[in-house]
Amino acid sequence: MRNNLGPALAVGALLVLGTGLVLALFWAPEDADQGFSQRIFYVHVPIALTAYACFGWGAWKALRLLWTREARYDLESYTAIHMGTIFGVLVLVTGSIWAKVSWGIWWSWSERQLVLFLVLFLFYSAYFMLRYSTDPGPRRANMSAVYALFGVVLIPVSFLAIRLAENFIHPVVFTRDGPQMAGSMFFVFCVCLAGMLLLAAALYQAELAGKRLDARVRELREALA
Amino acid sequence: MSGYLGDVAALARTSLLLELRQRDTVPAMVLFVVSALVVFRFSLPADASDLAALGLLWIAIVFTAILALTRAFVAERDQRVLDGLVLATADRSAIWLGKVAGVLAFLVLAELVALPAFALFFAPIGWETVAAVALANVGIAAVGTLLAAMAAASRARELLLPLLFLPLVIPVVVGGVGASVEPDPGRYLAFLGLYDLIFAILAWASFDYVVAE
Amino acid sequence: MIRARGLERRFGDKRVLAGLDLDVAAGGFVAVTGPNGSGKSTLLALLAGLLAPTGGELEIEARRNEVGYLAHEPLVYRELSALENLELYGRLYRVPERRERIGMLLERYGLWPVRHERVSAYSRGMAQRLALCRTLLHDPSLVLLDEPYSALDADGARLLDAELAALTGERTLVVSTHDPDRVRPLATQAVSLA
Repeated sequence: MRNNLGPALAVGALLVLGTGLVLALFWAPEDADQGFSQRIFYVHVPIALTAYACFGWGAWKALRLLWTREARYDLESYTAIHMGTIFGVLVLVTGSIWAKVSWGIWWSWSERQLVLFLVLFLFYSAYFMLRYSTDPGPRRANMSAVYALFGVVLIPVSFLAIRLAENFIHPVVFTRDGPQMAGSMFFVFCVCLAGMLLLAAALYQAELAGKRLDARVRELREALA
Repeated sequence: MSGYLGDVAALARTSLLLELRQRDTVPAMVLFVVSALVVFRFSLPADASDLAALGLLWIAIVFTAILALTRAFVAERDQRVLDGLVLATADRSAIWLGKVAGVLAFLVLAELVALPAFALFFAPIGWETVAAVALANVGIAAVGTLLAAMAAASRARELLLPLLFLPLVIPVVVGGVGASVEPDPGRYLAFLGLYDLIFAILAWASFDYVVAE
Repeated sequence: MIRARGLERRFGDKRVLAGLDLDVAAGGFVAVTGPNGSGKSTLLALLAGLLAPTGGELEIEARRNEVGYLAHEPLVYRELSALENLELYGRLYRVPERRERIGMLLERYGLWPVRHERVSAYSRGMAQRLALCRTLLHDPSLVLLDEPYSALDADGARLLDAELAALTGERTLVVSTHDPDRVRPLATQAVSLA
């Protein structure tokens, strides 16, 4: 069963995401205010939501690790957070592109989503620093898990903080209409979201399988030595 | 006092004793805080507002906190005393609580110097700032102590602690500066209280997993 | 008292202990020998509960506060006195009649005259004796000593000989050592890590 999951997810991701992107580029109605550039929204927001999902999945696996002490959850938690960080970087990149196209600047502190992902990027980068500078073993697994839990709690707390900070950091200069989406826009959005989630799942499976294979090879090498 | 609270009291006493015994750190810390504020004074343009200055106060507090936290587990780590405590304590969160007491004492001492110095160099401070600092101390000590224990177990200690700490302290800075600066400090103080509650509970519950296998 | 099957501990890619089987009855005395780097300290840390096995099983019929552990480092605060250190450990271990017990141990190991001095002023031998006091403070049923003779001077070694002789049969002992001859007369079993 496990052997089929990876390829199935990959194919599914390709199909759904491909469809979604095509729909987003050609079929979805043009936005009155922002024109063509608004279409980045169909990529940018699903990537953000997928990143949240990855961090949440990583935190869940972390909780499982602390609960059961089974080593495999460490790898699963790490992989999920790795995925989340990659998608997080993509949020920053697509958000930046969108800002440049829409308003001519590469960054805006009044963009809550962007600022939040900047903070999260810093936080989860420190996660990898923590793992990198600690010797592998139960201790590192435990600490990573605790840190992953802190991360998932930080997401809403940071979001609240950023909202509160807007009052004194900078008055909101640029506005963007919240998506009062037409039905067709919402449909395309959902397709893209599903596609992104499938993509994340496919990459997660792939990386996990690869790492497990590495571990098996090492075990076999030792058994032979 | 028996049981868990007795353990916490004994560990807190030890923590404070250790702070006091390192005689060089108190004057060094006072000097650091005052020097930092002077540097900030030179870094602000002449017409800078009081609000900008208050922002710098919070920067000073964050970096003093990093100093305090970098030192937090030095004694335990060097002598591997932490292993002894981990074996001896029934509930390891008592170690965390005891350490938090030590860190808080250091922070309060630093701020007893920093706040009047700030009022002298820059602008007077209202009750909201003091309240915000008090609330921030709790959050910083709670989260920072846990992270300091993590960093102590790694190879890159001094570098790792600020990396782990700074993203988590951003909400504290927002709450603190907001309370100091905004006309309605209540929201920000409440936010700081929320941060303290959530992260203190999380740190208290997860400390055991950070120091033991 | 102790039961290990296929006990394994790795650090990263390095496997320090591999597939160790061990059975120790209550009251037994195990001498652990082996060259440097063979895993003696790792084994003791595993038995103490400081390290978790990365493979295999380990069962110990003693609660955490019934285990006494002597490591390479004394595990005491250098900036506190012997008395303050033992007070803290005595409190944490809930030692009954703490004061008396601490006084008795400090006397026995010749540290009573220096009980108020900071550990940073002690010699290596004195610190090791304090570590022994710390290890035995709570009258553990399982005593784990990691190369206890290595830092002791002749007097201290004699005290330890007497202590081990007194404990043999009464408590379970696991002692790792470079000098097996020292403990051979008392040991009931030997484990050699090669």
